[in-house]
Amino acid sequence: MSDPQNPESPSQGRQPVAKTYKMFVGGQFVRSEGGKVLRQENSQGEFLANTVRASRKDLRDAVVGARKALGGWSGRGAFQRSQVMYRVCEVLESRRELFEQSLQRVAGMSREQAQQELDVAIDRWFWYSGWCDKFAQVSGSVNPVATPFFNFTLPEAVGVVALLPSARSPLAGLVSGLAPIVAVGNTAVVVVEQAPTLAVEFAEVIAASDFPGGVVQILTGQRKDLLETVGSHADVDAIQWFGSPGQESANLETLASDRVKRVHLHRDPEPEAWLEDSMQRLDWIDQCVEWKTAWHPRGI
Amino acid sequence: MSSFSVSRVPVDAVGLEARAKSFTKRSIKAASKHQALQWIIGMMDLTTLEGADTESKVRRLCQKARRPSAELAKVPPVAAVCVYPPFVSVACEALRDTPVQVAAVATSFPNGQSFFSLRLEEVRQTVEAGADEIDMVISRGALLSGDEARIVDEVAAVKELCPKQHLKVILETGELETYDRIRQAAQLAIEGGADFVKTSTGKIGLAATLPITLVLLEAVRDHFLATGKLVGVKAAGGIRTAKQAWQYLVMVKETVGDRWLDPSLFRFGASSLLQDVLLQWDRAAAGRYSSSNLIGLD
Repeated sequence: MSDPQNPESPSQGRQPVAKTYKMFVGGQFVRSEGGKVLRQENSQGEFLANTVRASRKDLRDAVVGARKALGGWSGRGAFQRSQVMYRVCEVLESRRELFEQSLQRVAGMSREQAQQELDVAIDRWFWYSGWCDKFAQVSGSVNPVATPFFNFTLPEAVGVVALLPSARSPLAGLVSGLAPIVAVGNTAVVVVEQAPTLAVEFAEVIAASDFPGGVVQILTGQRKDLLETVGSHADVDAIQWFGSPGQESANLETLASDRVKRVHLHRDPEPEAWLEDSMQRLDWIDQCVEWKTAWHPRGI
Repeated sequence: MSSFSVSRVPVDAVGLEARAKSFTKRSIKAASKHQALQWIIGMMDLTTLEGADTESKVRRLCQKARRPSAELAKVPPVAAVCVYPPFVSVACEALRDTPVQVAAVATSFPNGQSFFSLRLEEVRQTVEAGADEIDMVISRGALLSGDEARIVDEVAAVKELCPKQHLKVILETGELETYDRIRQAAQLAIEGGADFVKTSTGKIGLAATLPITLVLLEAVRDHFLATGKLVGVKAAGGIRTAKQAWQYLVMVKETVGDRWLDPSLFRFGASSLLQDVLLQWDRAAAGRYSSSNLIGLD
Protein backbone atom coordinates (compact mmCIF):
# COMPACT_ATOMS: atom_id res chain seq x y z
CA MET A 1 0.00 0.00 0.00
CA SER A 2 1.43 3.37 -0.93
CA ASP A 3 1.64 6.42 1.23
CA PRO A 4 -0.99 8.90 0.00
CA GLN A 5 1.02 11.89 1.22
CA ASN A 6 4.30 10.72 -0.22
CA PRO A 7 3.83 8.43 -3.22
CA GLU A 8 7.55 8.27 -3.99
CA SER A 9 8.52 6.63 -0.72
CA PRO A 10 9.03 2.86 -0.84
CA SER A 11 6.50 1.31 1.49
CA GLN A 12 7.88 -2.26 1.46
CA GLY A 13 4.67 -3.80 2.58
CA ARG A 14 4.21 -1.74 5.71
CA GLN A 15 1.38 0.59 6.52
CA PRO A 16 2.78 4.14 6.52
CA VAL A 17 1.74 6.61 9.20
CA ALA A 18 -0.21 9.41 7.58
CA LYS A 19 -0.01 12.88 9.08
CA THR A 20 -3.03 14.61 10.58
CA TYR A 21 -2.81 18.21 9.45
CA LYS A 22 -3.99 20.27 12.40
CA MET A 23 -4.07 24.01 12.90
CA PHE A 24 -1.56 25.95 14.95
CA VAL A 25 -3.14 28.03 17.74
CA GLY A 26 -1.55 29.34 20.93
CA GLY A 27 1.57 27.27 20.31
CA GLN A 28 -0.42 24.02 20.04
CA PHE A 29 -1.52 21.94 17.09
CA VAL A 30 -5.28 21.70 17.44
CA ARG A 31 -8.26 20.26 15.63
CA SER A 32 -11.29 22.34 14.80
CA GLU A 33 -13.87 22.97 17.47
CA GLY A 34 -16.53 22.11 14.87
CA GLY A 35 -14.76 18.99 13.55
CA LYS A 36 -15.13 19.84 9.87
CA VAL A 37 -12.43 18.97 7.38
CA LEU A 38 -11.65 19.72 3.74
CA ARG A 39 -10.32 17.20 1.26
CA GLN A 40 -7.01 18.24 -0.24
CA GLU A 41 -5.68 16.89 -3.50
CA ASN A 42 -2.25 17.04 -5.04
CA SER A 43 -1.60 18.76 -8.35
CA GLN A 44 -2.64 15.55 -10.19
CA GLY A 45 -6.02 15.53 -8.46
CA GLU A 46 -5.22 12.58 -6.19
CA PHE A 47 -6.14 12.53 -2.53
CA LEU A 48 -3.46 14.10 -0.38
CA ALA A 49 -4.89 14.68 3.06
CA ASN A 50 -7.81 16.08 4.97
CA THR A 51 -7.18 19.47 6.49
CA VAL A 52 -9.12 21.35 9.10
CA ARG A 53 -11.93 23.65 8.03
CA ALA A 54 -11.75 26.33 10.70
CA SER A 55 -14.97 27.67 12.18
CA ARG A 56 -15.74 31.11 13.57
CA LYS A 57 -15.09 29.80 17.06
CA ASP A 58 -11.67 28.56 15.98
CA LEU A 59 -10.95 32.06 14.79
CA ARG A 60 -12.09 33.47 18.11
CA ASP A 61 -9.79 31.06 19.95
CA ALA A 62 -6.94 32.08 17.67
CA VAL A 63 -7.50 35.76 18.46
CA VAL A 64 -7.53 34.94 22.18
CA GLY A 65 -4.18 33.17 21.73
CA ALA A 66 -2.74 36.07 19.78
CA ARG A 67 -3.92 38.65 22.30
CA LYS A 68 -2.41 36.67 25.16
CA ALA A 69 0.96 36.44 23.44
CA LEU A 70 1.05 40.09 22.36
CA GLY A 71 2.48 41.63 25.53
CA GLY A 72 5.33 39.18 25.77
CA TRP A 73 6.29 39.32 22.11
CA SER A 74 6.03 43.09 21.60
CA GLY A 75 7.78 43.61 24.93
CA ARG A 76 10.82 41.56 23.95
CA GLY A 77 13.98 43.27 22.95
CA ALA A 78 14.02 43.91 19.21
CA PHE A 79 17.35 42.14 18.88
CA GLN A 80 15.96 39.06 20.56
CA ARG A 81 12.96 39.06 18.24
CA SER A 82 15.35 39.11 15.34
CA GLN A 83 17.22 36.12 16.77
CA VAL A 84 13.98 34.17 17.11
CA MET A 85 13.06 35.01 13.53
CA TYR A 86 16.50 34.04 12.30
CA ARG A 87 16.00 30.62 13.84
CA VAL A 88 13.10 30.07 11.42
CA CYS A 89 15.59 30.39 8.54
CA GLU A 90 17.78 27.76 10.16
CA VAL A 91 14.90 25.34 10.52
CA LEU A 92 13.65 26.03 6.98
CA GLU A 93 17.13 25.26 5.61
CA SER A 94 17.20 22.00 7.53
CA ARG A 95 13.83 21.01 6.06
CA ARG A 96 14.57 21.91 2.44
CA GLU A 97 13.72 18.49 1.14
CA LEU A 98 10.30 18.44 2.79
CA PHE A 99 9.36 21.85 1.40
CA GLU A 100 10.73 21.19 -2.07
CA GLN A 101 8.69 18.00 -2.28
CA SER A 102 5.63 19.69 -0.86
CA LEU A 103 5.80 22.56 -3.32
CA GLN A 104 6.06 20.12 -6.21
CA ARG A 105 3.25 17.95 -4.95
CA VAL A 106 0.82 20.61 -3.84
CA ALA A 107 1.51 23.48 -6.21
CA GLY A 108 2.65 21.39 -9.15
CA MET A 109 5.99 23.17 -9.40
CA SER A 110 9.03 21.72 -11.10
CA ARG A 111 11.99 20.87 -8.90
CA GLU A 112 13.79 24.05 -9.99
CA GLN A 113 10.75 26.24 -9.34
CA ALA A 114 10.30 24.69 -5.92
CA GLN A 115 13.93 25.31 -5.04
CA GLN A 116 13.67 28.89 -6.19
CA GLU A 117 10.48 29.53 -4.21
CA LEU A 118 12.07 28.07 -1.09
CA ASP A 119 15.24 30.14 -1.56
CA VAL A 120 13.19 33.29 -1.84
CA ALA A 121 11.11 32.37 1.20
CA ILE A 122 14.18 31.81 3.38
CA ASP A 123 16.00 34.89 2.13
CA ARG A 124 12.94 37.06 2.58
CA TRP A 125 12.28 35.87 6.12
CA PHE A 126 15.98 36.54 6.80
CA TRP A 127 15.66 40.05 5.40
CA TYR A 128 12.71 40.87 7.64
CA SER A 129 14.38 39.32 10.69
CA GLY A 130 17.23 41.77 10.15
CA TRP A 131 14.75 44.65 10.25
CA CYS A 132 13.48 43.79 13.75
CA ASP A 133 16.06 45.94 15.50
CA LYS A 134 16.62 48.42 12.67
CA PHE A 135 13.13 49.49 11.72
CA ALA A 136 12.74 51.85 14.67
CA GLN A 137 16.06 53.60 14.01
CA VAL A 138 15.46 53.98 10.30
CA SER A 139 11.82 55.00 10.41
CA GLY A 140 11.62 56.71 13.80
CA SER A 141 12.46 60.36 14.02
CA VAL A 142 13.52 63.19 16.23
CA ASN A 143 11.21 66.05 15.39
CA PRO A 144 12.11 69.73 15.42
CA VAL A 145 9.66 71.63 17.62
CA ALA A 146 9.58 75.29 18.55
CA THR A 147 9.23 74.73 22.29
CA PRO A 148 11.78 73.39 24.78
CA PHE A 149 10.90 69.75 24.26
CA PHE A 150 12.80 66.79 23.02
CA ASN A 151 10.26 65.39 20.59
CA PHE A 152 10.61 61.96 19.06
CA THR A 153 8.46 59.46 17.22
CA LEU A 154 8.81 55.68 17.47
CA PRO A 155 6.94 52.74 15.98
CA GLU A 156 5.11 50.30 18.25
CA ALA A 157 3.28 47.08 17.42
CA VAL A 158 -0.32 47.78 16.40
CA GLY A 159 -1.53 44.56 18.11
CA VAL A 160 -3.24 41.48 16.76
CA VAL A 161 -3.01 41.39 12.97
CA ALA A 162 -5.10 39.09 10.79
CA LEU A 163 -3.42 37.93 7.60
CA LEU A 164 -5.28 36.61 4.58
CA PRO A 165 -2.26 35.63 2.52
CA SER A 166 -1.66 35.13 -1.18
CA ALA A 167 -3.64 32.32 -2.79
CA ARG A 168 -1.12 32.04 -5.61
CA SER A 169 2.24 31.71 -3.91
CA PRO A 170 1.98 29.10 -1.16
CA LEU A 171 5.30 29.69 0.55
CA ALA A 172 6.86 32.95 -0.64
CA GLY A 173 3.47 34.64 -0.40
CA LEU A 174 2.87 33.37 3.12
CA VAL A 175 6.32 34.41 4.29
CA SER A 176 6.05 37.84 2.63
CA GLY A 177 2.78 38.48 4.42
CA LEU A 178 3.72 37.08 7.82
CA ALA A 179 7.30 38.22 8.38
CA PRO A 180 6.62 42.00 8.39
CA ILE A 181 3.78 41.47 10.88
CA VAL A 182 5.76 39.62 13.52
CA ALA A 183 9.03 41.50 12.97
CA VAL A 184 7.78 44.60 14.80
CA GLY A 185 6.19 42.70 17.68
CA ASN A 186 2.65 42.08 16.46
CA THR A 187 1.00 38.72 16.82
CA ALA A 188 -0.67 37.15 13.81
CA VAL A 189 -3.75 35.13 12.96
CA VAL A 190 -3.33 33.67 9.47
CA VAL A 191 -6.23 32.17 7.54
CA VAL A 192 -4.92 29.91 4.78
CA GLU A 193 -7.21 28.57 2.07
CA GLN A 194 -4.81 27.56 -0.68
CA ALA A 195 -2.21 24.83 -0.06
CA PRO A 196 -3.10 24.40 3.62
CA THR A 197 -0.83 21.38 4.09
CA LEU A 198 2.14 23.53 3.22
CA ALA A 199 1.03 26.20 5.67
CA VAL A 200 0.78 23.58 8.42
CA GLU A 201 4.29 22.42 7.56
CA PHE A 202 5.39 26.02 7.89
CA ALA A 203 3.61 26.16 11.28
CA GLU A 204 5.76 23.21 12.30
CA VAL A 205 8.81 25.29 11.45
CA ILE A 206 7.49 28.10 13.66
CA ALA A 207 6.86 25.58 16.44
CA ALA A 208 10.38 24.20 16.12
CA SER A 209 11.95 27.66 16.25
CA ASP A 210 11.96 29.74 19.41
CA PHE A 211 8.71 31.61 18.87
CA PRO A 212 6.66 31.85 22.06
CA GLY A 213 3.30 30.10 21.70
CA GLY A 214 0.58 32.38 20.36
CA VAL A 215 2.71 34.76 18.31
CA VAL A 216 1.66 32.99 15.10
CA GLN A 217 -1.70 31.27 14.65
CA ILE A 218 -2.27 29.36 11.43
CA LEU A 219 -5.86 28.42 10.65
CA THR A 220 -6.76 26.40 7.58
CA GLY A 221 -10.14 26.56 5.94
CA GLN A 222 -12.23 28.70 3.67
CA ARG A 223 -11.91 32.43 3.66
CA LYS A 224 -15.62 32.87 3.07
CA ASP A 225 -16.39 31.06 6.35
CA LEU A 226 -14.24 33.39 8.40
CA LEU A 227 -14.15 36.71 6.59
CA GLU A 228 -17.08 38.26 8.43
CA THR A 229 -15.60 37.35 11.81
CA VAL A 230 -12.17 38.63 10.84
CA GLY A 231 -13.68 41.93 9.77
CA SER A 232 -16.00 42.43 12.74
CA HIS A 233 -13.96 40.99 15.62
CA ALA A 234 -13.26 43.89 17.93
CA ASP A 235 -10.01 42.40 19.19
CA VAL A 236 -8.36 42.30 15.76
CA ASP A 237 -6.41 45.52 15.32
CA ALA A 238 -5.36 45.31 11.69
CA ILE A 239 -5.90 43.20 8.60
CA GLN A 240 -3.44 42.41 5.83
CA TRP A 241 -5.44 41.13 2.89
CA PHE A 242 -4.12 39.66 -0.37
CA GLY A 243 -6.41 38.93 -3.30
CA SER A 244 -8.25 40.52 -6.17
CA PRO A 245 -10.17 43.54 -4.92
CA GLY A 246 -13.90 42.99 -5.27
CA GLN A 247 -16.91 42.12 -3.17
CA GLU A 248 -14.85 40.27 -0.55
CA SER A 249 -12.48 43.14 0.12
CA ALA A 250 -15.31 45.68 0.09
CA ASN A 251 -17.23 43.69 2.71
CA LEU A 252 -14.13 43.39 4.82
CA GLU A 253 -13.57 47.14 4.78
CA THR A 254 -17.19 47.82 5.71
CA LEU A 255 -17.10 45.42 8.66
CA ALA A 256 -13.76 46.74 9.84
CA SER A 257 -14.92 50.34 9.77
CA ASP A 258 -16.97 49.80 12.93
CA ARG A 259 -13.79 49.64 14.99
CA VAL A 260 -11.72 51.76 12.60
CA LYS A 261 -9.47 48.78 12.04
CA ARG A 262 -6.43 49.13 9.79
CA VAL A 263 -7.27 47.28 6.62
CA HIS A 264 -4.60 47.03 3.94
CA LEU A 265 -5.67 45.50 0.67
CA HIS A 266 -2.96 44.14 -1.59
CA ARG A 267 -3.33 42.77 -5.09
CA ASP A 268 -2.16 39.17 -5.24
CA PRO A 269 0.19 39.04 -8.27
CA GLU A 270 1.23 36.08 -10.43
CA PRO A 271 3.26 33.41 -8.61
CA GLU A 272 6.51 34.46 -10.33
CA ALA A 273 6.05 38.07 -9.30
CA TRP A 274 6.21 37.01 -5.64
CA LEU A 275 9.82 36.02 -6.20
CA GLU A 276 10.90 39.51 -7.21
CA ASP A 277 12.68 41.82 -4.82
CA SER A 278 9.88 44.34 -5.22
CA MET A 279 7.72 42.09 -3.03
CA GLN A 280 10.13 42.54 -0.17
CA ARG A 281 8.80 45.74 1.23
CA LEU A 282 9.51 47.93 4.17
CA ASP A 283 6.15 49.64 3.88
CA TRP A 284 4.46 46.36 4.84
CA ILE A 285 6.16 46.64 8.21
CA ASP A 286 5.08 50.26 8.31
CA GLN A 287 1.44 49.20 7.88
CA CYS A 288 1.62 47.11 11.05
CA VAL A 289 2.82 49.74 13.47
CA GLU A 290 1.33 52.47 15.58
CA TRP A 291 3.41 55.63 15.78
CA LYS A 292 4.02 57.04 19.21
CA THR A 293 5.26 60.58 19.64
CA ALA A 294 6.66 61.64 23.00
CA TRP A 295 7.30 65.17 24.25
CA HIS A 296 10.07 65.23 26.80
CA PRO A 297 10.81 68.54 28.55
CA ARG A 298 14.37 69.82 28.30
CA GLY A 299 16.38 72.82 29.38
CA ILE A 300 14.46 73.15 32.65
CA MET B 1 -12.21 14.65 71.70
CA SER B 2 -15.86 13.84 71.50
CA SER B 3 -16.99 10.93 69.38
CA PHE B 4 -19.38 12.94 67.25
CA SER B 5 -19.70 11.94 63.63
CA VAL B 6 -22.04 12.27 60.68
CA SER B 7 -23.26 9.39 58.62
CA ARG B 8 -20.73 8.46 55.97
CA VAL B 9 -22.05 8.79 52.46
CA PRO B 10 -19.58 7.16 50.09
CA VAL B 11 -19.03 8.96 46.79
CA ASP B 12 -18.66 6.99 43.58
CA ALA B 13 -15.74 8.89 42.08
CA VAL B 14 -15.98 7.45 38.57
CA GLY B 15 -19.73 8.03 38.38
CA LEU B 16 -19.37 11.51 39.85
CA GLU B 17 -16.76 12.60 37.33
CA ALA B 18 -18.72 11.14 34.44
CA ARG B 19 -21.85 12.94 35.61
CA ALA B 20 -19.95 16.21 36.05
CA LYS B 21 -18.48 15.87 32.58
CA SER B 22 -21.94 15.42 31.10
CA PHE B 23 -22.82 18.97 32.16
CA THR B 24 -20.16 20.29 29.80
CA LYS B 25 -21.90 18.75 26.79
CA ARG B 26 -25.20 20.58 26.93
CA SER B 27 -26.16 22.69 23.98
CA ILE B 28 -27.46 26.01 25.25
CA LYS B 29 -29.43 28.40 23.07
CA ALA B 30 -28.09 31.90 22.59
CA ALA B 31 -31.02 33.57 24.36
CA SER B 32 -30.61 31.29 27.36
CA LYS B 33 -26.91 32.02 27.45
CA HIS B 34 -27.59 35.72 27.59
CA GLN B 35 -30.14 35.27 30.37
CA ALA B 36 -27.61 33.15 32.22
CA LEU B 37 -24.99 35.89 31.94
CA GLN B 38 -27.28 38.14 33.98
CA TRP B 39 -27.68 35.45 36.60
CA ILE B 40 -23.97 34.76 36.72
CA ILE B 41 -23.22 38.41 37.42
CA GLY B 42 -25.97 38.49 40.05
CA MET B 43 -24.45 35.42 41.72
CA MET B 44 -20.89 36.66 41.68
CA ASP B 45 -18.78 37.46 44.71
CA LEU B 46 -16.23 39.84 43.28
CA THR B 47 -13.10 39.06 45.20
CA THR B 48 -9.80 40.63 46.07
CA LEU B 49 -7.73 38.78 48.65
CA GLU B 50 -4.15 39.87 48.17
CA GLY B 51 -1.43 40.97 50.52
CA ALA B 52 -1.10 44.03 48.30
CA ASP B 53 -4.74 45.14 48.70
CA THR B 54 -5.20 48.79 49.58
CA GLU B 55 -8.22 50.86 50.50
CA SER B 56 -8.25 52.48 47.09
CA LYS B 57 -8.09 49.10 45.39
CA VAL B 58 -11.06 47.94 47.47
CA ARG B 59 -12.99 51.12 46.60
CA ARG B 60 -12.29 50.51 42.94
CA LEU B 61 -13.55 46.95 43.31
CA CYS B 62 -16.73 48.21 44.98
CA GLN B 63 -17.28 50.64 42.13
CA LYS B 64 -16.95 47.74 39.74
CA ALA B 65 -19.31 45.66 41.86
CA ARG B 66 -22.14 48.19 41.77
CA ARG B 67 -21.60 49.01 38.11
CA PRO B 68 -19.55 46.30 36.41
CA SER B 69 -19.10 48.18 33.16
CA ALA B 70 -19.41 51.85 32.37
CA GLU B 71 -19.91 51.00 28.72
CA LEU B 72 -22.56 48.30 29.14
CA ALA B 73 -25.22 50.17 31.02
CA LYS B 74 -27.66 47.31 31.53
CA VAL B 75 -25.28 45.01 33.36
CA PRO B 76 -26.66 44.45 36.89
CA PRO B 77 -24.57 44.75 40.05
CA VAL B 78 -22.84 41.66 41.44
CA ALA B 79 -24.03 39.83 44.57
CA ALA B 80 -21.19 40.78 46.89
CA VAL B 81 -17.62 41.88 47.22
CA CYS B 82 -15.30 39.64 49.21
CA VAL B 83 -12.40 41.27 51.04
CA TYR B 84 -10.08 40.86 54.00
CA PRO B 85 -11.49 42.06 57.37
CA PRO B 86 -9.57 45.37 57.57
CA PHE B 87 -11.32 46.55 54.41
CA VAL B 88 -14.89 45.78 55.53
CA SER B 89 -15.62 49.30 56.72
CA VAL B 90 -14.24 50.81 53.51
CA ALA B 91 -16.35 48.43 51.43
CA CYS B 92 -19.49 49.11 53.50
CA GLU B 93 -18.99 52.83 53.01
CA ALA B 94 -18.50 52.43 49.28
CA LEU B 95 -21.52 50.14 48.89
CA ARG B 96 -23.98 51.98 51.09
CA ASP B 97 -27.47 52.11 49.53
CA THR B 98 -26.65 49.42 47.01
CA PRO B 99 -27.88 45.82 46.94
CA VAL B 100 -24.27 44.62 46.94
CA GLN B 101 -23.36 42.69 50.10
CA VAL B 102 -20.01 42.92 51.85
CA ALA B 103 -18.44 39.55 52.53
CA ALA B 104 -15.24 39.13 54.50
CA VAL B 105 -12.99 36.17 55.03
CA ALA B 106 -12.27 35.53 58.69
CA THR B 107 -10.92 32.83 61.05
CA SER B 108 -7.31 33.06 59.84
CA PHE B 109 -7.95 32.84 56.16
CA PRO B 110 -6.63 31.01 54.16
CA ASN B 111 -5.12 28.25 56.31
CA GLY B 112 -7.07 28.53 59.55
CA GLN B 113 -3.91 27.83 61.52
CA SER B 114 -4.18 30.05 64.55
CA PHE B 115 -5.47 29.93 68.12
CA PHE B 116 -9.17 29.37 68.09
CA SER B 117 -9.80 32.31 70.43
CA LEU B 118 -8.05 34.62 67.96
CA ARG B 119 -10.01 33.23 65.07
CA LEU B 120 -13.25 33.88 66.91
CA GLU B 121 -12.07 37.37 67.82
CA GLU B 122 -11.45 38.03 64.14
CA VAL B 123 -15.06 37.05 63.40
CA ARG B 124 -16.35 39.28 66.20
CA GLN B 125 -14.47 42.31 64.92
CA THR B 126 -15.40 41.63 61.33
CA VAL B 127 -19.08 41.50 62.26
CA GLU B 128 -18.67 44.69 64.23
CA ALA B 129 -17.11 46.38 61.21
CA GLY B 130 -20.35 45.72 59.36
CA ALA B 131 -19.83 42.65 57.21
CA ASP B 132 -23.02 41.09 55.80
CA GLU B 133 -21.42 37.75 55.09
CA ILE B 134 -18.61 35.83 56.78
CA ASP B 135 -16.46 33.38 54.85
CA MET B 136 -14.74 31.13 57.41
CA VAL B 137 -12.19 28.39 56.86
CA ILE B 138 -12.31 25.04 58.61
CA SER B 139 -9.37 23.33 60.29
CA ARG B 140 -8.46 20.89 57.56
CA GLY B 141 -5.77 19.36 59.74
CA ALA B 142 -8.37 18.43 62.34
CA LEU B 143 -10.53 16.76 59.75
CA LEU B 144 -7.60 14.91 58.20
CA SER B 145 -6.65 13.58 61.63
CA GLY B 146 -10.19 12.38 62.22
CA ASP B 147 -11.47 15.01 64.66
CA GLU B 148 -14.89 15.51 63.09
CA ALA B 149 -16.43 17.04 66.17
CA ARG B 150 -14.01 19.93 66.10
CA ILE B 151 -15.24 20.99 62.66
CA VAL B 152 -18.85 21.05 63.85
CA ASP B 153 -17.91 22.87 67.05
CA GLU B 154 -15.88 25.49 65.19
CA VAL B 155 -18.62 26.22 62.70
CA ALA B 156 -21.22 26.37 65.48
CA ALA B 157 -19.07 28.72 67.54
CA VAL B 158 -18.58 31.05 64.59
CA LYS B 159 -22.27 30.97 63.69
CA GLU B 160 -23.08 31.97 67.24
CA LEU B 161 -21.04 35.14 66.72
CA CYS B 162 -22.71 36.03 63.45
CA PRO B 163 -26.33 34.92 63.75
CA LYS B 164 -27.64 37.54 61.32
CA GLN B 165 -24.83 37.27 58.82
CA HIS B 166 -24.61 34.73 56.08
CA LEU B 167 -21.98 32.18 57.12
CA LYS B 168 -20.07 30.56 54.27
CA VAL B 169 -17.84 27.70 55.31
CA ILE B 170 -14.77 27.19 53.13
CA LEU B 171 -13.84 23.51 53.00
CA GLU B 172 -10.66 23.99 50.92
CA THR B 173 -11.48 20.84 49.03
CA GLY B 174 -8.09 20.77 47.35
CA GLU B 175 -6.56 19.77 50.67
CA LEU B 176 -9.09 17.10 51.54
CA GLU B 177 -7.75 14.60 49.02
CA THR B 178 -10.83 12.44 48.39
CA TYR B 179 -14.44 13.02 47.36
CA ASP B 180 -15.53 11.00 50.38
CA ARG B 181 -13.82 13.42 52.70
CA ILE B 182 -15.17 16.45 50.83
CA ARG B 183 -18.66 15.06 51.27
CA GLN B 184 -17.96 14.41 54.94
CA ALA B 185 -16.62 17.94 55.45
CA ALA B 186 -19.69 19.43 53.77
CA GLN B 187 -22.01 17.46 56.04
CA LEU B 188 -20.06 18.52 59.12
CA ALA B 189 -20.21 22.18 58.11
CA ILE B 190 -23.94 21.94 57.50
CA GLU B 191 -24.35 20.20 60.84
CA GLY B 192 -22.51 23.09 62.49
CA GLY B 193 -24.95 25.62 61.03
CA ALA B 194 -23.38 26.79 57.78
CA ASP B 195 -25.59 28.87 55.49
CA PHE B 196 -23.29 28.11 52.58
CA VAL B 197 -20.62 25.55 51.88
CA LYS B 198 -17.80 26.89 49.74
CA THR B 199 -15.23 24.90 47.82
CA SER B 200 -11.98 26.79 48.12
CA THR B 201 -9.95 29.73 49.28
CA GLY B 202 -8.48 30.24 45.83
CA LYS B 203 -5.06 30.28 47.46
CA ILE B 204 -3.95 26.79 46.49
CA GLY B 205 -3.64 25.33 43.02
CA LEU B 206 -6.58 22.97 43.13
CA ALA B 207 -9.74 25.09 43.37
CA ALA B 208 -13.36 24.58 42.34
CA THR B 209 -14.04 21.95 39.71
CA LEU B 210 -17.34 20.60 38.46
CA PRO B 211 -17.07 17.22 40.27
CA ILE B 212 -16.06 18.83 43.57
CA THR B 213 -18.91 21.31 43.39
CA LEU B 214 -21.24 18.46 42.48
CA VAL B 215 -20.32 16.71 45.74
CA LEU B 216 -21.33 19.84 47.66
CA LEU B 217 -24.56 20.18 45.70
CA GLU B 218 -25.45 16.57 46.44
CA ALA B 219 -24.73 17.14 50.12
CA VAL B 220 -27.05 20.14 50.34
CA ARG B 221 -29.67 18.33 48.28
CA ASP B 222 -29.65 15.33 50.62
CA HIS B 223 -29.76 17.67 53.62
CA PHE B 224 -32.77 19.43 52.14
CA LEU B 225 -34.55 16.15 51.44
CA ALA B 226 -33.89 14.95 54.98
CA THR B 227 -34.64 18.14 56.91
CA GLY B 228 -36.28 20.64 54.53
CA LYS B 229 -33.54 23.18 55.29
CA LEU B 230 -31.87 25.15 52.52
CA VAL B 231 -28.09 25.47 52.40
CA GLY B 232 -26.26 27.31 49.63
CA VAL B 233 -23.16 26.39 47.66
CA LYS B 234 -20.35 28.69 46.56
CA ALA B 235 -17.93 27.58 43.88
CA ALA B 236 -14.75 29.62 44.28
CA GLY B 237 -11.48 29.73 42.41
CA GLY B 238 -10.58 28.53 38.94
CA ILE B 239 -13.79 29.68 37.21
CA ARG B 240 -12.53 32.15 34.65
CA THR B 241 -14.82 31.95 31.66
CA ALA B 242 -18.53 32.44 31.03
CA LYS B 243 -18.57 29.03 29.38
CA GLN B 244 -17.44 27.37 32.61
CA ALA B 245 -20.00 29.35 34.58
CA TRP B 246 -22.80 28.21 32.24
CA GLN B 247 -21.78 24.63 32.91
CA TYR B 248 -22.04 25.23 36.65
CA LEU B 249 -25.53 26.64 36.25
CA VAL B 250 -26.59 23.59 34.25
CA MET B 251 -25.23 21.41 37.03
CA VAL B 252 -27.03 23.38 39.73
CA LYS B 253 -30.32 23.20 37.87
CA GLU B 254 -30.05 19.48 37.19
CA THR B 255 -28.84 18.55 40.67
CA VAL B 256 -30.73 20.72 43.13
CA GLY B 257 -33.26 22.44 40.90
CA ASP B 258 -34.39 25.95 40.02
CA ARG B 259 -34.68 27.05 43.59
CA TRP B 260 -30.89 27.14 43.87
CA LEU B 261 -30.53 29.34 40.79
CA ASP B 262 -30.55 32.34 43.06
CA PRO B 263 -27.84 34.44 44.70
CA SER B 264 -29.16 33.43 48.12
CA LEU B 265 -28.30 29.78 47.41
CA PHE B 266 -25.61 29.71 44.76
CA ARG B 267 -22.57 31.92 44.28
CA PHE B 268 -19.47 32.16 42.19
CA GLY B 269 -16.33 33.39 43.91
CA ALA B 270 -14.14 34.91 41.26
CA SER B 271 -11.75 37.69 40.43
CA SER B 272 -11.36 37.26 36.68
CA LEU B 273 -14.70 35.70 35.68
CA LEU B 274 -16.45 39.06 35.40
CA GLN B 275 -14.16 40.20 32.59
CA ASP B 276 -15.05 37.25 30.39
CA VAL B 277 -18.75 37.52 31.23
CA LEU B 278 -18.69 41.17 30.15
CA LEU B 279 -16.93 40.21 26.91
CA GLN B 280 -19.67 37.68 26.19
CA TRP B 281 -22.32 40.22 27.15
CA ASP B 282 -20.93 42.76 24.70
CA ARG B 283 -20.66 40.06 22.06
CA ALA B 284 -24.32 39.15 22.46
CA ALA B 285 -25.37 42.80 22.41
CA ALA B 286 -23.26 43.88 19.45
CA GLY B 287 -23.34 40.68 17.41
CA ARG B 288 -19.57 40.44 17.01
CA TYR B 289 -16.67 39.28 19.14
CA SER B 290 -15.58 41.84 21.68
CA SER B 291 -12.31 43.20 23.02
CA SER B 292 -11.07 43.98 26.50
CA ASN B 293 -10.30 47.44 25.16
CA LEU B 294 -14.04 48.07 24.87
CA ILE B 295 -15.18 47.03 28.33
CA GLY B 296 -12.28 48.01 30.55
CA LEU B 297 -9.01 46.19 31.10
CA ASP B 298 -9.24 45.86 34.86
